[in-house]
Amino acid sequence: MDAVSGIGSSAAAETSGPATVGPDAVPVTFDVNGVARTVKVEPRVTLAEALRGPLGLTGTKIACNRGACSACTVWLDGVPVCSCMILAIETGGHDVTTIEGLAKGEALHPVQAAFIEHDALQCGFCTPGIVMSCAALLERTPNPTAEAVQAAISGHFCRCGTYPHVVAATLAAAKASRG
Amino acid sequence: MAKDQVRTATFPAGIASVGLGEVTRQIPMDEPPPLPPNAALAVIGKNVPRWNGRAKVTGATRFTVDINLPGMLHGRILRSPLPHVEIRAIDVSGAAHHPGVRAVVAVVQAGAVLRYVGAPVAAIAAISPAVADEALRLVRLDVKALAFTADMDDARAPNAPLVYDAGSAPAGHPSGFPAAPGLALNGNVRGPAIERRGDAAHGFAAADIVVEGDFATQVQTHCCLEPHAIVADWRADGLTVHMSTQFTAGVRHELAEEFGLPLNRVRVVVDGMGGGFGSKSALGNYGRLAVALSRTAAAPVRIILDREEEQTDSGNRPATWQRLRIGAKRDGTLTAVSLVSYGTAGVTVGAGVGNIAQALYACPNFEGAQHDVFINAGPGCAMRAPGNAPGAFGLEQAIDELAERLALDPVALRDRIDPSPVRREERRIGAARCGWPRRHAPGADSGTVKRGLGMAQSLWGANVQTNASCEVRVMRDGSVEVLSSVQDIGTGIGTVMAQTVAEVLGLQPEQITVRIGDTEFPAGGPSYGSRTTASITPPARTAAWRVLQALCREAALVLNAVPEDLVARGGRIAMRDDPSRGMSFAAAAARLRTDRISAVASRRDDYAGFRRRMGDAALAQQDLGGVQFAEVAVDTETGIVRVERVVAVQDCGRPMNPLQIESQVQGGVLMGLSYALFENRILDRHTGRMVNPNLEQYKLAGPHETPAIDVVLLENYQGQSATDAFGIAEPANIATAPAIANAVYNAIGVRLRVLPMNPGAILAALGKVPVRS
Repeated sequence: MDAVSGIGSSAAAETSGPATVGPDAVPVTFDVNGVARTVKVEPRVTLAEALRGPLGLTGTKIACNRGACSACTVWLDGVPVCSCMILAIETGGHDVTTIEGLAKGEALHPVQAAFIEHDALQCGFCTPGIVMSCAALLERTPNPTAEAVQAAISGHFCRCGTYPHVVAATLAAAKASRG
Repeated sequence: MAKDQVRTATFPAGIASVGLGEVTRQIPMDEPPPLPPNAALAVIGKNVPRWNGRAKVTGATRFTVDINLPGMLHGRILRSPLPHVEIRAIDVSGAAHHPGVRAVVAVVQAGAVLRYVGAPVAAIAAISPAVADEALRLVRLDVKALAFTADMDDARAPNAPLVYDAGSAPAGHPSGFPAAPGLALNGNVRGPAIERRGDAAHGFAAADIVVEGDFATQVQTHCCLEPHAIVADWRADGLTVHMSTQFTAGVRHELAEEFGLPLNRVRVVVDGMGGGFGSKSALGNYGRLAVALSRTAAAPVRIILDREEEQTDSGNRPATWQRLRIGAKRDGTLTAVSLVSYGTAGVTVGAGVGNIAQALYACPNFEGAQHDVFINAGPGCAMRAPGNAPGAFGLEQAIDELAERLALDPVALRDRIDPSPVRREERRIGAARCGWPRRHAPGADSGTVKRGLGMAQSLWGANVQTNASCEVRVMRDGSVEVLSSVQDIGTGIGTVMAQTVAEVLGLQPEQITVRIGDTEFPAGGPSYGSRTTASITPPARTAAWRVLQALCREAALVLNAVPEDLVARGGRIAMRDDPSRGMSFAAAAARLRTDRISAVASRRDDYAGFRRRMGDAALAQQDLGGVQFAEVAVDTETGIVRVERVVAVQDCGRPMNPLQIESQVQGGVLMGLSYALFENRILDRHTGRMVNPNLEQYKLAGPHETPAIDVVLLENYQGQSATDAFGIAEPANIATAPAIANAVYNAIGVRLRVLPMNPGAILAALGKVPVRS
């Protein structure tokens, strides 16, 4: 992939001092679900907006748009982040994984399968973000406690109140993953 | 109904855990025979996975905010920055000339009065939300600031600035919801709405003991994770609207009326629906504006409210104050209940405390006087158990006080005064589950952290929408679909409809394609008032039963049998007495003369009749009981209340899908817990602005505040319909806050009469910090 990193304009790197881009759209290239994608976005556009808009990945949700509810959670280089709190131009050269990239073809991620089995969703609007946080937890902690799951989702709001089933589902997914 | 159109049928009746009896009903000839208890069924009553679960966990579900039509514009709304203004002049020409703007619609004209911060002024459709926001800043407004009142107590003062005069104040509704019509306006106070039974003065005179208490509740906002959103697409041949709504068919009616269109030229669609809780029941001002913008711009227009708009102008649960007096004999028998309430839904009506004080317990004498108080704040609207949720916070604490004064156990007192056999059983189960006998005297714990147990009850009407219908289709290849405009707002009604149809046809739920949330299909009911399951599952079963009869006629020809001797079970249509004589469901369907057969059924009256009928809606004979027990730990140094466990014992008639119901009950408990301890819309009384219009300073219970929640469901059969199923959303939300309040009292020995019971309130109650006015 072309090394278009940080603020997106390779011309800017040749000048001294901090680069200035915008207000017009600038290109940014990053890996989305394993595929290099280039989008032209205004510098004010957040990662969440870039995913949902030009990239058409509407599985990532915006609910509060200020990092309070975590509905917009995606993985940035494998780490769950609020994509509404990151500018798209900051993600150049990085790997982004969204809810659309979690399943392997038809095979659901164990967390996704467990969410269905344990009914860990109701309206489902916060669900993609919560799934991303729970799946990330299992990446780093294959055998979590219920408290660890609670901590992993502590930034998420679910107005339908799915937390008990989310914890049960994630523990079951961990068990299933360990075989 | 004429005699030849009905037949007599015997239904299971009673509470399964107590023992089932029978009840005989007259039922229409064209409705199916009584449905056996869940234990005898194949898929109804089972934990069938959610029909749209896969789409939701993969991000594939399309919510309204995800709809992106070709050429779509983005609408934003200019809102009043002041709580009470008269518009002297409005000039939108600057905005209209912005190169990215495609339409401007002014909501108000010169001379109009706006009555709350956030009231819509104008709307703009532009090529992006950012451009629309830019253009909003080009609208020139000349306003005269008027005196305002943003506090209910201030608004009741004799010299308070007036929000309305008699000519401009909102009227009530003939149904009495959200408020009765024709009530007097006195200053900012509307009402009272009076309810009377017997002679309360006489009842108090006959009482041995009278308890009296004042209780107050705050404004709670809905906080749906999906914001209110609409995509309006006005075309010459009709209007299509995608909307995050709880009632597609109702919104279609509103649009047709508002824009002078026939019903068949208006289509309302919702796929994913990200929560409503009452706030997405109607078209709303943003909905009207999106359609008006689309008509003007001749292009689709999407409006998505931002979180501040959500918090200030998408409805809320009104604040209430109530004074309750309860008179009783020494044995607990109630002699009189009186209730006076004042509540505020901001600029609108509907801030009462419900009917729980008048209807939950047996008492011959009742008097109630409920008032609405107008203030300059955003309008309230229905929110999960409107009225009875704040009402229960008062009543159930007052009953607890009465029990203590009578030296009776709170459960034992309720056994004496609550006539409901359902709640009696719920109390018995809940008390055993939570270890009620270990409950100690109030404040008896010696340490810093004091524990307590409390319980409370709920009352909610079993609502039914009679304007609810459903179609079931069978194709010649054996595929089956169920269709209705009813929407799945997260309750899982689509799953339940698939279960209902599958049960009748002897198939598995995943074999039924669910097509709902579109007014092109037969009109379904709303997803509010806990009525969806009761309204749509009987027609789903009836429609499926009718197509099965057609299939059985085909199969009977092949099997050389009479159709009445055939049953559908395990994917086959076969002889009832000899299952080996049969054929597969698909083989029967293959014999159809046409590619598709179909039946549409609508919701008939409950077989035992309704208590009351209001237009398209009705009230069933029974109510939906529920009893909850809460265990809390109160840190008397920090004031933090931790709810450790809630046992919720609930009734929704026949439980169609226990796992989904459990999810909903957990949600109701959590919303009640959050109401009890955290949530509070805070208005600055000096500016009329909400100071916490977001999701970080508006405190919500999260994962760390979630207690262990035990859900126990009764199976309660009454032979009322083709499924005998009722709803759960609201009954699960009513008892939580008072159960926690009673547990807090049991923990610390001081009663909290104001919500939320946050650390400041607890420490003030304990005398550790000054009481804030």
